[in-house]
Amino acid sequence: MIDVLIIGSGGAGLSAALAAKEAGASVLVVGKMYPTNSQTAMAQGGMNAALGNVEEDHVSLHIADTIKSAHGLCDEDTVRHMCADAPQTIAWLERIGVPFSRIDIGAADDNAEALSSEVSPLHTIAQRKMGGASAKRACYAQDYTGLKLLHTLYDTCLKEGIAFLDEHFLLELIVPDDTAKGAVVLDIRSGEVKQIDAKSVIIATGGYGGIYHGYTTNMYGASGDGIAAVLRAGGAVSDMEFVQFHPTGLKHSAILMSESARGEGGYLVNSKQERFVDELKPRDEVARAIFEQLQKQEEVFLDLRHLGEEKLMTLLPQEVALCKLHEGVDPVSELVPIKPVTHYTMGGIDVDYALEVNGIKGCFAVGECANAKVHGANRLGGNSLLEITAFGRFAGENAYKHAVYASSKPANSNVLHACQKKIERLFTQEAPIDFYTHRKALGKRFYENVGIVRTEAGLTQALEEVVATQIALKKMGIRDRSKTNNQNLVEFLEFENALMLAPTIISAALARKESRGAHCRSDYPQSDDTHFKKHIVLQWKDKQ
Amino acid sequence: MQITIKRDKSFEDFQISEGLTLLAALYEIKEQHDPTLTFSAGCRASVCGTCAVRVNGREELACAYKPKEGDTVEPLQYHPVLRDLKVDKQQAKTTLQKSQTWLHSYTEVALTPQDAHLTERQTDCILCDSCYSACPVFAVNPDFLGPFALTRAYRYTVDKREGESKSIVGAVQTNGVWDCTLCGECTAVCPKGIDPKMDITMLRGESLNHGYSDPSFANQSFGTPDFGGGFGFDPNGGF
Repeated sequence: MIDVLIIGSGGAGLSAALAAKEAGASVLVVGKMYPTNSQTAMAQGGMNAALGNVEEDHVSLHIADTIKSAHGLCDEDTVRHMCADAPQTIAWLERIGVPFSRIDIGAADDNAEALSSEVSPLHTIAQRKMGGASAKRACYAQDYTGLKLLHTLYDTCLKEGIAFLDEHFLLELIVPDDTAKGAVVLDIRSGEVKQIDAKSVIIATGGYGGIYHGYTTNMYGASGDGIAAVLRAGGAVSDMEFVQFHPTGLKHSAILMSESARGEGGYLVNSKQERFVDELKPRDEVARAIFEQLQKQEEVFLDLRHLGEEKLMTLLPQEVALCKLHEGVDPVSELVPIKPVTHYTMGGIDVDYALEVNGIKGCFAVGECANAKVHGANRLGGNSLLEITAFGRFAGENAYKHAVYASSKPANSNVLHACQKKIERLFTQEAPIDFYTHRKALGKRFYENVGIVRTEAGLTQALEEVVATQIALKKMGIRDRSKTNNQNLVEFLEFENALMLAPTIISAALARKESRGAHCRSDYPQSDDTHFKKHIVLQWKDKQ
Repeated sequence: MQITIKRDKSFEDFQISEGLTLLAALYEIKEQHDPTLTFSAGCRASVCGTCAVRVNGREELACAYKPKEGDTVEPLQYHPVLRDLKVDKQQAKTTLQKSQTWLHSYTEVALTPQDAHLTERQTDCILCDSCYSACPVFAVNPDFLGPFALTRAYRYTVDKREGESKSIVGAVQTNGVWDCTLCGECTAVCPKGIDPKMDITMLRGESLNHGYSDPSFANQSFGTPDFGGGFGFDPNGGF
């Protein structure tokens, strides 16, 4: 029986795997794609650590900025833990070879060679300023920080001989007596349903932004599979109502236009070609201003024309290419249609200070799928890569500690049989209602009613529709009957998970009759600390 | 607009909407016309490396390609096809493992911007496997380590934090640097503008520096008794 089973092979899962292995654990990493396909690769900006390489900085400032951005909803001890761990996490990443961008601190010195032998390796790591930070704190690797971090973690996993099970989809956790004993997974290639026994389990499956289908920078598969599995197994979720929107996604494809487009002087204009907001305000404020325009039936555009072709091609070549490819417009001479889009989900699996899931012993959760209460009501840019690596390692260590004393008696095969039956049923069941249509409709309804600005009436309507869709789900299913490599089946299972999480987001948003951070209620525009400076935790009373 | 897609047993024509990326068109087909059409996809923004296919015989990321009337879409070459456009990429992991593309022994050194620049382009790799599909060496030698593994080997070799680059260089001698024909197909198709051909050339230089030599010279028979060569299949033989 393996010690630590890790479900999810992005940056959090790989960091956990390396730490658990280093501690002495036998490790297996299971993912529905290949490790380097994960969403970690999409992170551009950087990873926060108060190294103070470029300007004065201190861990206490990093802590203060994070707490401020969380709008009173974070666990300050956990924030302190993460921020204090940041420099040593960067040191670890430096040792495994992450190709950070660098600064030249010996440039002015004739004796640069001698100097560089005295300088700490960490002190030449370049740092940039991100929104909401009081100093240049984000370590980066050009605009590919997540990509390069992820690939270096993967290379290191191959070095350490970490075992992978790629293209396996999590169906259920095995949790007899409130203690995790493994998981049941679907081998996407063969169609076989398998049980994996383990002494402890780490969930690192990513966020639930995929619910906003068509209105998110996330991949289609960001369906909160691990969060849904934890709920079904009796664990808790919290802060589900907090969803971060990025102001500038391309209108038709929801592809991200980097914040640097505004940073370099781009304007936001409406159909009348009027500017309506200070473009450099924080993400949530700009997103709300754009949303107001859209509500007034205005179209909103990113206007880069005044920057000129030369400047655009030098500063924003990737953005220019993306506009042409996905929107068919040339930003040199045309307006770029945009809309704010779902970018990151703060809520998730409710975990304690050791990252153990509230309600399931021996089960840990880390990364975007988890709510470690470091982001609170709004995540600070540069803190998510930090969370997945620093806490990824922490989860790996803690999971191994649990495994050392855990029983090695495998669970019975009840969950396995239930999952096998479920999958078999899907293959025989008729599917008169098309789930792709409903996936699209759910995304639109969420964007409009559970999005940037929310109201009691809008949320209630969304909840009613979700309940109706859940009833209709019985008539949905797969139309591809192939046992092997069935993408239709995987997408249906993802839709089921997203649909299961939908009411948790809406009901928490309904219950939170205030505005705080990313959660904006136009019918309750003020924050209400007396009643709502607390987490909304949801758990199923009866396990399914 | 009509495009043709290679299915398991045949080629099939599909009508798609104008203005979509190929990936968006594949989703359109799957959601509206044929739920059995199978392909791999991820981020939609050219950074996860999942959706590479061949269009009219050339490797493209489906998410970064605009279809044209009459295009033919096929799965990547030299990968076992699992279903329709979906291929098995397990071999990629094997070649990376064989090439030992990781930092072997960390040496403490404060890198400069110039040092970082040495590996900047190589580390843009998204492991999309386009270069493997385009590489003609795989047609004659399935055990070739291939372009991206060699680019990655080069990337760690020149990383100044690597205290043991000899191990990496040693790992890419067999079915590696010398088996490349330097045709440059990999460089031509890389969606990230990486130049594996140049990296392999540089890696040959590193190999010579570490005392290795091109085995094809050693293997050439000039009428003297042949000890060691001549067994098995040698792609360089006869070139």
